[in-house]
Formats: sequence, C-alpha cells, structure tokens
Amino acid sequence: MLERAFIGQSRYQTWLTVLLIPIAVGLACYFSQFTHGLGITGMSRDVIWGFYIAQFTFLVGVAASAVMVVLPFYLHDTKEFGRVVILGEFLAVAAVVMCILHIFVDLGQPTRVLNVLLHPAPQSVMFWDMIVLNGYLLLNLVIGWTTLDCERNTRQPPRWVKVLVYLSIPWAISIHTVTAFLYSGLPARHLWLTALLAPRFLATAFAAGPALLILLCLLLKKTAGFDAGREVLRKLAITVAYAMIVNAFFIAVEFFTGYYCGVPAHRRDLQYLFFGLDGHARMVPWMWASLAMGIASIPVLLGSLRRQTHLRLALACGMVFLSTWMDKGLGLIAGGFAVTPMDTVADYAPTLPEILISLGIYAGGALLLTLLYKIVLSVRAEINGA
Amino acid sequence: MKISRRTALKLSLLTGLSLTRKHSLFAMVGFAKPSNLLAPGAALKAGRWAMAIDVKKCLAAKDCHDACIGACREAHNIPDIPNKKHEVKWVWREQGDHLFPDQLDEYRGAELARQTVPALCNHCASPPCTRVCPTGATFKRSDGIVVMDPHRCIGCRFCMAACPYGSRSFNWEDPRPYLKQINPDYPTRTKGVVEKCTFCDKRLAQGRPPACVAACPAGAMVFGDLKDEKSPVVRLLGENYSICRKPELGTSPGVYYVV
Repeated sequence: MLERAFIGQSRYQTWLTVLLIPIAVGLACYFSQFTHGLGITGMSRDVIWGFYIAQFTFLVGVAASAVMVVLPFYLHDTKEFGRVVILGEFLAVAAVVMCILHIFVDLGQPTRVLNVLLHPAPQSVMFWDMIVLNGYLLLNLVIGWTTLDCERNTRQPPRWVKVLVYLSIPWAISIHTVTAFLYSGLPARHLWLTALLAPRFLATAFAAGPALLILLCLLLKKTAGFDAGREVLRKLAITVAYAMIVNAFFIAVEFFTGYYCGVPAHRRDLQYLFFGLDGHARMVPWMWASLAMGIASIPVLLGSLRRQTHLRLALACGMVFLSTWMDKGLGLIAGGFAVTPMDTVADYAPTLPEILISLGIYAGGALLLTLLYKIVLSVRAEINGA
Repeated sequence: MKISRRTALKLSLLTGLSLTRKHSLFAMVGFAKPSNLLAPGAALKAGRWAMAIDVKKCLAAKDCHDACIGACREAHNIPDIPNKKHEVKWVWREQGDHLFPDQLDEYRGAELARQTVPALCNHCASPPCTRVCPTGATFKRSDGIVVMDPHRCIGCRFCMAACPYGSRSFNWEDPRPYLKQINPDYPTRTKGVVEKCTFCDKRLAQGRPPACVAACPAGAMVFGDLKDEKSPVVRLLGENYSICRKPELGTSPGVYYVV
C-alpha cells in the first residue's frame, strides 16, 4: 500500500515539496541548537521549559482525538463513523510523532536519550509517559494499517485488532492523564499543582482533537473529494461543543478556588496570566484572546448544529483549535514558571530559531499525515473503482 | 619459541598477580593508586549531612567578600556567565524575602527580608528532584547528600521543574569559555546537563569539610551530622531558633537558617 503515498497529481506533489521547506529550515536551526546548546532558545534558569514542551503537551491532546471517533464506532456501533475512524487514528499517529520529536529537541543531551531505557526509573512520571506515548503510537499505527489492509482486500479485520481497539480507548485517556501528571506532581508550581489538571487536559484534548479532525475532513472534501458525511461532522461538532463547555467550566472552577480562598500561591499564576503580576503583563492579551475565542466558539458551534454550513463549522473549529493552542501551547508553560522559586516573576517568549524548529516538526507531522491520508484515500478510490 | 614448563609457571603467576586488585601490576608501578588521587585523611562519614547558617554571624561579616561563593566557584569550576538567564549557581547570595516568602514578619523579620544570605541545595530528606529524574542521573546517597551524575544526565530539566528552591542549574551553553582558570582537581561540565551543589562530597571523601564552610571567615556556616547528637550542627540547632525554606512542602531540607 505504501507506494500509493507518492503517486498523485502535480498539486499533491507540490504540496509535499512545499512541506519540505519548513522541514529543511527546522533542521538547519536544530543543527545550530545542537552545536550551541539550548541557550539559543528563550528558556532560562527560571523558565525551564518553553515552546517545545508546550507543543508536546498540546499535541498529546490532538493525539487523544482518535478515541472520540473510535469510541462511538466500536462501542456504540455508530456506523457512519466508519469512514473517519482511520483518519482519527492516523491523526493520532502523526500527533504522537510530533510529540516525541518535540521532547527530543528539548533535550540538552539528545545523544543520550536511550539512557531512559538503559537506566529505567519507574518512579519518574517521564518513564511512564514514554511508555504510554510509544504504546499509543504503536496501537494506532497497527490498528489503522491492519484495518485499511483488510478494507482493501474486502475482508473482516482479524479478531486481535478488536482487542487492540478496546485497549486503545483507555490508553488514549492515559496519555493525557500521564502527561498532566508530569506537571501536577511537582511541588510549588502552583498553576499545575491541582487535581483538576488531568481532567482539564482531557477536556481541551477532546475539543482540540475532533476540531482538527473536522477541519481536516472539510479540507479533504475540498481538495481530494472525500466526503465524511453531514452526520459525522455534526456528531463530532457536538463532541467539540461539550468538551469546550466542560473546559470553560473547569477554568471557572480554577478561578473560584484561586481567588476565593485568598491563598496567594493559588492566585498568583492566574493573576500573572490574566491580569498581570508585579508589572509583568506580557501574557494578558494572549490569554484573554484565547479565553474569548474559546467562549465565543461555543455558540457558533451550537449554531452550526442547527443550520450547518461548512464555513460556519470551519470557523468554529478554527476558533476552538486556536483557543486551546494559545492556552496549552504557551500559556500553561509560561504561567507555570512565571512565579519563580524565589517568588519573583519571570517572563518568557520563544526565540525565532525555537519557533522555526517547532514549525519544522509541525511540517514533518503534516507530511506524515498527508502521506497516510493519501494511502487511505487511494485505497478507498481503488475499492470504489473496482 | 618453545615455552618451557618453568616459563609458563612464571607467566601464570604474573598474570594472577596482575588480576588481584590490591597487588596488581598497575598498583606496583604506581598507576591509579587511591592514595595518589585523594589527599591523606580518613573520609568524613555521617548519618545525614546537614548545614546550619548562622544568619546573625553571616550578616555581621560585612567584609567577607563572599568567601563562601568564591571558594565554591574555584573548587568546582563554576563558570561566570554574564547572561543572568544562563547563570550556573551552586552557592549564591539571595535576598531574605526571596528565600523565605510568607515566612518573615514585617517587624523583626524586615531586616532579614531586605538583606542577602547564602542559598544552596537543601539536600532534602525527601527530594522531589530525584523522584522525577527519568534516568537516575540524580539520586540521594545514604548519608543524605543529593548528588548528580552529569554523564548520565540527558538534559530534560525535569529535576529543575521539580526543585522548589531553584537550586539546580542547567548548562544552556558551553560553560568552559566562562572559566577564568580551570581547577584540574575537579571536572568541568559540558553544555546540556544539569548541575548543583554536592555538599562537597569529594572533599568529604578526603576528610575535609565543604569548601564554603572552610572559607567562611565568620564561622557562620556550620556543617555536621544530624544523626550525631554531639555534632556542632545539632548543638547549634538545639540552642537556637532556626527556620527552613518552604517547610510546608514536606521536602525536609537539610539546610537550616539560625535566625
């Protein structure tokens, strides 16, 4: 099946070539980082993690999207999801690959990465995160590939695939829970030191992941003539809407606890992000834009359920995706490190090479996703043609 | 060449000698003999190493020129990096209200809040940094010292995110160009690894107290074994009121500030 990935119209070939440009730029910037050290980024002794780890965290959420199509299809027998299940799974594959690459570029000594396997440390959450992420990657790759192969040969998938599918559902929850535990298990990082972090991660994941999937379906309809179907888009939009509502509720709950209890430590990070702290207000417009866009997306989404137009749906999903990205893809990290162990305030902004390296990884993910989706669509076209 | 029985016996005897550790051939010619590497004096041992900083004595010593910091820098090849964001710190001066947020009152505590005293790794009894390390590159020894193996460190900085005291430093760039002179007795580090205060574990193994303690002209840094009732640190803590940094986190710091 693999050969289908590279056969396409000239427009498709151009797209693949275009993706290679940011990949090359990212590689060049990474070479510079590899030579000079992580000092070329905006991180510091106070803001210890930055753009890379934030992207990793956000993309783990995108990866969890697969479960929102797998679960209704396999557990609730929602037949119409059959067409998009594999798109969700392959989106998860690309997202997890981008996650792993973002962790890799964040390492100070990348050549020693295998020390994590040579000297495993089960008391470290990072050990478990490595297991759940790689496991999820493998699960989705094997499930997706096998079911597609069976589809091509018009036979039922073997029974063991079903077992893996059922396993992948709790596994999707686990990747986000374990990723949240990386943060919420740290003492004195008060923005993260909340039991609500894992549930909040899941809420944003179930909003951002399916929102991206809807956008991809709309894009495939325009560019490749793939129609996911009205009902699929409608049901996915409902998922996104409810996940966004739950997310907004969680944010409100955090604000209540932070501000009503009066404990400074619980309040200061939120204050930094949304109102500015000790004259540091860099993140304020960013966070309000994210919050406003997230809340505004809810009525647009609900409206699009009643009178669906693709434009309105795309707009709503774009807002959801951008809102959650601004929150998790920068705010979460910058806010968590804002109040330093010395009770001072530290700002963070990524540098250009840092952004370009990350952009290169995103382009790599897009390339992988394009190739995987191309295979899916070619196989489907072949079946319909035959 | 024909090897006679006699030669064979001689050779096997020599091989055997070279394999036993104490009388190895290498030892006979003087390579890698432990006594060559370490200064004479029995290693200092403890149940749990700890430090008490006598704040009054420290603040009174106005012209010590940060002897503790200088001695540590020299002993451990700590780079002098001008970019504050990339600084490497083992022992450094920190303002009182930064060290003890929410712990100092605005009356008697106001003086300490404005002034600076030494800060260093707390060598916690329950260190969050070692818990989160994914490779075991940082770990707590049985005598309570939290040490760091820079050769195993992958530079993920999880330990820095976990440390509530800001006591760990990452080499954001190559530290060697920032060393004015290199002390050959201690290794320099490379870019991309984390490092921290080690309570001078190498010096303790040579029977010497930590460099900062030895350098302090005011005797404001008292070092000893918390498990030994007669140790100076236990005596000082028994007779005076002291505070620790962020005790509410349950890390049980091994550095006390006598106030």
